[in-house]
Amino acid sequence: MSASLPIIAQTSGKSAAQWEKRRRTRAGGANRRPGWVTYLLLGIVILISIFPLYYVLILASSDQETISRSVIPSWIPEGNLWDNIQKVFNGAIPVVKGFTNSLIIAVIQSITVVLFSTLSGYSFAKLNFRGRGPLLVFVIATMAIPVQLGVVPLFIVMTELGWSGKIIAVIVPGMVTAFGVFWMTQYLESALPYELIEAARVDGASMIRTFWHVAVPAARPAAAMLALFTFIGSWVNYFWPFIILNQQNPTLPMVTKLLQSGYQNDYSLIMAGVVISTAPLLVLFFLAGRQLVAGIMQGAVKG
Amino acid sequence: MAVQSPPKAPKNEGNLVDRRPTRIAFSQKLGRWDVKVSPYLYISPFFILFAITGLFPLIYTGYISVHQWHTLGGQGDFVGLQNFQDVLDQSSFWKALRNTFSIFLISSVPQIIAAITIAAILNANLRAKTFWRMGVLLPYIVAPIAVGLIFGQIFADQYGLANGFLNIFGIEPIRWHAEVLPSHVAIATMVNFRWTGYNTLIFLAAMQAIPSDLYEAAIIDGAGRFRQFFSITIPQLRATIIFVVITSTIGGLQIFDEARAFDAQGTGGADKQWLTLTMYIHELGWGNQLNFGRAAAVAWLLFLIIVAIGILNFFITSKIATSGGSKPKKFKKVGKR
Repeated sequence: MSASLPIIAQTSGKSAAQWEKRRRTRAGGANRRPGWVTYLLLGIVILISIFPLYYVLILASSDQETISRSVIPSWIPEGNLWDNIQKVFNGAIPVVKGFTNSLIIAVIQSITVVLFSTLSGYSFAKLNFRGRGPLLVFVIATMAIPVQLGVVPLFIVMTELGWSGKIIAVIVPGMVTAFGVFWMTQYLESALPYELIEAARVDGASMIRTFWHVAVPAARPAAAMLALFTFIGSWVNYFWPFIILNQQNPTLPMVTKLLQSGYQNDYSLIMAGVVISTAPLLVLFFLAGRQLVAGIMQGAVKG
Repeated sequence: MAVQSPPKAPKNEGNLVDRRPTRIAFSQKLGRWDVKVSPYLYISPFFILFAITGLFPLIYTGYISVHQWHTLGGQGDFVGLQNFQDVLDQSSFWKALRNTFSIFLISSVPQIIAAITIAAILNANLRAKTFWRMGVLLPYIVAPIAVGLIFGQIFADQYGLANGFLNIFGIEPIRWHAEVLPSHVAIATMVNFRWTGYNTLIFLAAMQAIPSDLYEAAIIDGAGRFRQFFSITIPQLRATIIFVVITSTIGGLQIFDEARAFDAQGTGGADKQWLTLTMYIHELGWGNQLNFGRAAAVAWLLFLIIVAIGILNFFITSKIATSGGSKPKKFKKVGKR
């Protein structure tokens, strides 16, 4: 497509060739590979983001005595990790209960958030109804409202319902998010052509059939990302579960905190608890980190 | 649109029985009803659940805040602004307010600068792009409460890793937990650890959306790399910067987990050095005071602060959008699968 630099120099003169060379090497940086300095800087950044996790591994695979003698027991993890994890599992703090609770909450919330967000998103993006505009503005506005601050009445409501201390009190408030609705609306607006809906309707499909067979398949990539983010958000959530649940029926972040007060001085066991609570998300990260990155970057450009 | 057109009824032929047209009318009516009601049906789960678990509690917080309300005893008399008065008279409130803003500022400002810098480095034709991006995002999957635990140990007062590191340079150990500012720095570090990578990816996406002809024009004008960065990249990122500032304000002013896990007690330190407003709400409602009225008063105050800052941000945004050279944020097409 483009002429080589010597040809440009011959036909258009030396300065034109020089300019073209500069343009090719610098403009947009599209073709140029960056130098080692870039990789060095990025390497340092990655080290910083990995190190605290590696430090957890070091502490979790050591023992109390060694840790009390030296901040860094050894640079290579020692062999006590499995023992420590077992000790934490067999201790007085209900780790297994916390694990299953967190899993149940995260799975249910991911499913409901995705389902309800897709339904609302489809409606906002593709259907005409009175009040659509103002309602969508309302959804967007609620994203900027800190609903967490309604804890006091929420606690009263849950206690009235007899849900205090039960995981249903954690599940229900997280079954929908304004972010999810906005996210699916944005996605379906561009990803779902009207022609497809039209075709289904002409074929005599009811509204819900059209949703199920046309909108849902189109929404799948965005739905998967939304499920991923909801799962992570639910898994690491601490504030509300901590207020409404109790020590006998905790979630995993609550367990982590309980270990801190329970094993005051034994950081090998506390960090083993951190390993237990972080490992599932780490696995998820290795499987779907690519989707996480893509999700954040797409969400960013949308705003 | 097409969606609005009901299914077409089959044409009436002469030799049909009488009942047929009414049945068509019925199914047609059903179809129309389907079209009319379905949209509301689909959005109703969100609005109903949100109204019950989000909006109502938030409004009811205001109601509780003007009543005497014991956590166990329940609702008492209407007391007007007494709860607010009581709270404003407690020194803990002012400490919590100071700590929250201090931690928020120490976390968000360096974090945004770092995120933009790292994004600028990532915005090159790298080998193994996804690896670097994932590496930057890794801390995001660590629960804030776990981050608090980890850094609580790293910033231990006596023999922590941070002090060990400072010792290499001959710096005296810092009492990270005992003193005010160091404890804020430690907690801000936790926030930065978890969120810098996330925001980096947001900035990276925005940088990639900047049209390359702007850079080409700058190069023709003889602008160097740094000049390009400050004269094109930063102005073009303005809308994204404001977006990140707003989101980190909403989150940052409600900080709880990291500060709670900073020590084993989780009450904000002996002298409330790192008590945050959300921790204070918890202390009022479920701690020693067992006073829902006061807890609601603080929650309501914090809510107003956050909304006020949000509105302020909004006006700054629209001012920049109308007067500045940068374009308003574009709603770009999402996935191109």
